[in-house]
Amino acid sequence: MAEPLLSVRSLEVRFRLDGRSMRAVDDVSFDLQKGQTLGIVGESGCGKSVTSLSIMRLLPSPPAQVAAGEVLLEGRDLLKLSEREMRKLRGGRIGMIFQEPMTSLNPVYTCGDQIIEGLRVHSGLSGKAARDRAIELLELVRLPSPEKRIDDYPHQLSGGQRQRVMIALALANDPAVLIADEPTTALDVTIQSQILDLMRDLQERTGTAIMLITHDLGVVAETCQQVVVMYAGSVIERGPVDKIFADPQHPYTIGLMAAVPRMDAGRARLASIPGSLPPPWQNIPGCRFASRCPLADNRCQAEMPRLREVTPGHDVACWKAPIEGAG
Amino acid sequence: MIETILNRLLVSIPVLFGVLFLGFALVQLAPGDPAQVQAGPTATPEVVAQIRQEMGLDQPVIVQFGRYIERLAQGDLGRSLISNKTVASELIVAIGPTLELMVASLIWSIPIGIAMGTLAAVWRGSLFDRAIMALSVAGVSLPIFFICLVLIQLLGVKYPIFPFIGRGGPLWTAEGLRHIALPAMSLGLIFIGPVARMTRSSVLEVLRLDHVRTARAKGLTEREVILRHGLRNALIPVVTLIGLQIGYLLGGAVVTETIFSYPGIGRLAVGAILSADFPLAQGTILVLAIGFIVVNLIVDILYARLDPRVQKK
Repeated sequence: MAEPLLSVRSLEVRFRLDGRSMRAVDDVSFDLQKGQTLGIVGESGCGKSVTSLSIMRLLPSPPAQVAAGEVLLEGRDLLKLSEREMRKLRGGRIGMIFQEPMTSLNPVYTCGDQIIEGLRVHSGLSGKAARDRAIELLELVRLPSPEKRIDDYPHQLSGGQRQRVMIALALANDPAVLIADEPTTALDVTIQSQILDLMRDLQERTGTAIMLITHDLGVVAETCQQVVVMYAGSVIERGPVDKIFADPQHPYTIGLMAAVPRMDAGRARLASIPGSLPPPWQNIPGCRFASRCPLADNRCQAEMPRLREVTPGHDVACWKAPIEGAG
Repeated sequence: MIETILNRLLVSIPVLFGVLFLGFALVQLAPGDPAQVQAGPTATPEVVAQIRQEMGLDQPVIVQFGRYIERLAQGDLGRSLISNKTVASELIVAIGPTLELMVASLIWSIPIGIAMGTLAAVWRGSLFDRAIMALSVAGVSLPIFFICLVLIQLLGVKYPIFPFIGRGGPLWTAEGLRHIALPAMSLGLIFIGPVARMTRSSVLEVLRLDHVRTARAKGLTEREVILRHGLRNALIPVVTLIGLQIGYLLGGAVVTETIFSYPGIGRLAVGAILSADFPLAQGTILVLAIGFIVVNLIVDILYARLDPRVQKK
């Protein structure tokens, strides 16, 4: 396989709160290839957002601290860059979209001003050239009548429209990587699918690699080629989407798949995974999922399973894998 | 916009009316007999009674107030009982110096207060932050007369840098500046505290918001993030506070002008009240009330300029 565009290697992020240090992200590794979409899946609090913010180096420090690992973008370790070099990448080579379109734009500036600000910083555009480019971007994200909307304030737009503006803003400087942190979670279902369509379409046109963070497996199935499943700060399964959906190997992934509502399942009750995430300050020697796992035995309680390849390109962190006929 | 302003002015009329009535009632309650003042210390009781009747002071308060409003509507503020000049002419002479004092106090204290509050927020928990907060508590809780006296003692007597009596001339002359320095410093000092505190908490609140993270994700420098996306938004509540504080500042001006013998509205008001010169006292109350209403109107307009979400409502 070609050299990955973005490669996260053994990333460990700690939070220091009230004198206690807890691990929010532990030994997370994955690669994002050029032009691909990588899904990062997991429930709330599993470390997805912390991972994405550490790539951008936007975690407030203190309390957060990247304790170990590398984040390589085109071969350069972002964690070693100076703040000044990092700023050039933010909004430049890496664009980011956030979960909350309602609050992610500044209410006191027009949408146009906010896009132009990003253009000014990275492309040095100003005046009419910047404005024209901003209108072009708004057209690209299919905001209706962009030459009028550009002078609207965020509160004059709907949630979906604001998310389009956010995407325009993130794409303003032709980034190589777009990090989308739950871009559709706050939107209603029809708008969700419009935004996902838009992102897919834009990816085809611009070739931007997308790192899509979500808790929605449906979204992953629709948009991603590769998927990373996270649980309690660690990667527990990763591989190509088709393999993981056809043959999930980690009991947690299997549980997640079973919990997806299906059109053909009739009126049966939705399956769920009993229990909840262990608190991050709890020191668990074994598998972090063991307390909720139907297959767990003594070894799972005592020893932490590492990621290992079960079929080519498909890695699982579970002592029990490969699990036969799990899907 | 113009509609909003007219609306606000219309709403101000009952407020002005209420202030005038309260002021009128308070002046009535104050000790001293205007008729006696008018007649002079040697007048016989008969003369005083006659003057009282001429001035309408034997009528019920409400009738007197009605007559006052009637004359006011015709632009007649009455005559000072002491100087016998028209109240309007006395007020016009005093308004200029008070406006100058306001400008001289605010022009440095607002920017410094905002800058100190912002820096305290950015360096939250640092020694600078704690020092600023301690100073602002002192600024809020020390009475204005005390600050005046300390400044006089320090910069007027011990190190005689600034004069502390009267006005040296218009603000743009060197003497005017030298004379206004101490009163403007005293008033400004009580102003900085609340502005700095409000700015600090407002900036801290805004810097936690999602759009600030977006600004960082755009690759802006921390300075741009704080000024353009933090402070700019944080100013909205600060402007409201400044408007309210200017009201207190007008009150503070009464004390400050008296202490520094500065010939403004505040000193005029104190003199008028102490000598039971009630037409003049009433006139100063009118001017201060109008000042307060105008300041609030300016704040409302600024507010709409700062927060685009307000305009559309």
